[in-house]
Amino acid sequence: MTSALNARNIVAAIAAAGLLLLPLYSALSGNIFILTLFTRIVIFALAAASLNLMMGYGGMMSFGHAAYLGIGGYAVGILAAEGIGSGFIQWPVALIVSALFALVIGALSLRTRGVYFIMITLAFAQMAYYIASGMSRYGGDDGLTIYKRSDFGGLINLSNRVQFYYLCLGCLFGGLYLIWRIVNSRFGMVVRGVRSNEQRMQAIGFHANRYRLVCFVIAGTICGLAGALLANNTDFVSPAVMYWTRSGDLMVMVILGGMGSLFGPVIGAIVYLVLEELLSRFTEYWALIMGPLLLLIVLFARGGIMGLLGRMRRG
Amino acid sequence: MADPLLRVQHLVRRFGGITATDNLSLDVMPGELHAIIGPNGAGKTTLISQLTGQLMPNSGAIHFAGRDVTRQPAYKRSRLGLARSFQITSLLPDFSAIDNVALAAQAHDGHSFRFWGSARKEKHLRDAARSALKRVGLEARAEVPVLELSHGEQRELELAVALATKPQLLLLDEPMAGLGVTESARMVGLLKELRKEVTIVLVEHDMEAVFALADRITVLVYGRVIACDSPDAIRNNEEVKRAYLGDQHVVVGHV
Repeated sequence: MTSALNARNIVAAIAAAGLLLLPLYSALSGNIFILTLFTRIVIFALAAASLNLMMGYGGMMSFGHAAYLGIGGYAVGILAAEGIGSGFIQWPVALIVSALFALVIGALSLRTRGVYFIMITLAFAQMAYYIASGMSRYGGDDGLTIYKRSDFGGLINLSNRVQFYYLCLGCLFGGLYLIWRIVNSRFGMVVRGVRSNEQRMQAIGFHANRYRLVCFVIAGTICGLAGALLANNTDFVSPAVMYWTRSGDLMVMVILGGMGSLFGPVIGAIVYLVLEELLSRFTEYWALIMGPLLLLIVLFARGGIMGLLGRMRRG
Repeated sequence: MADPLLRVQHLVRRFGGITATDNLSLDVMPGELHAIIGPNGAGKTTLISQLTGQLMPNSGAIHFAGRDVTRQPAYKRSRLGLARSFQITSLLPDFSAIDNVALAAQAHDGHSFRFWGSARKEKHLRDAARSALKRVGLEARAEVPVLELSHGEQRELELAVALATKPQLLLLDEPMAGLGVTESARMVGLLKELRKEVTIVLVEHDMEAVFALADRITVLVYGRVIACDSPDAIRNNEEVKRAYLGDQHVVVGHV
């Protein structure tokens, strides 16, 4: 980590450059599909990065992180359905509602540790799922179609593929920068310290749970932003985005890319979603291949892909 | 006579059918080095954990610096100036030595809800950490990750972390545990220096160290105080000899 020029940073830089130049490639090759795919990837990368803040740096294994994707999405969808199309209203509402939800869930969940924490976050996300399913006014089980994407006046046109892609990418890079600053700040040091040895942190004078809770809320809020983006991307939001398998997908992206590595979740999201795309072309049982692959990563590359690259450097 | 810095009254802690702390009372005077000894299972670590707030007593009271802290959580007691080192080394393994100490300094330097500036670039925290490391002789090892430090160095780092919280009272749970002869001697030298500045409660098995350092010694057996006196008086106490020192000729021979 001391030298800037190691395998990890090189891979991260190449991936970042690739993401930046992707619309150019898409335009030159006429491959529109790849832009659609990568818009999705970038959004999930942001969600995974927020989970990484909590899981990788904070040591909080949330199995309900997809709830915030849904909450952010529904905030946009419901406001749109009620005739409020301005993104200047929709997005702040999405963030605030996600933060409040995280505050309540976090305050209750953080009374527990380990498996119980995983279970209680899962339970809350499933509750959100069933509540969304029950909202018959907003499509219930079938979900809610969003007829018009968030309107930011003349500032940016979300219906333009390239503009929307760059908006998502801007949110991702902005989110990563924010997380990087947080992780190295006083606050971040405390949260990472608590992950490392909670008893020790209490003994030197930190009220561990207070810091954990704030970290939980920040992570939930960032994921809510990803939810708002996702709803705009699909022009649709349904309870399915909150289902526990979605939370599992996010976890897999984080673990695959490398927990506690800033850029890991981005790599994880790219690898996971591209593989899913490619494998599902060959067989509908693509999970049959993805599963063992994951096992291999977990067994032999602790620290995920980024961890593997880190070890390569040391030889 | 001055008021005690730490006053423990009728403390009781049970684990199921076992009474690990049995109606224990104890005063620690400001400035003294108070050693607590006792055979294995006498409840020494249980006592320390109750003093620092990791463990709550079933009954009894703990006053620190004139305040009732019996029900206060560990982090609040730390802010009042009560620091501990752990018997089994308890550091932040994936951080460097200086990070461990700087975090302790940070804990006592206002709140830590600061999200933007880099904590590692806060000079006063780094300086405080460096001077604590220097006190225990680890300044050359500041940037080394804890996992790569030797056991002896980790014990010293434990001490530096406790010092960085600027404690009034230092609770040391077997700081010599697992140390070699030279390392032990260094630790004793270090404690001799520290005791000039801070009140210390020392739990230790190394009798030579205890009798060399302590102003007063409390002897614990089955969670009960059987004696509390000066080292000389303890050495000649018949009950203590019977209960505890009987087979440790080293101690009796040592002057």
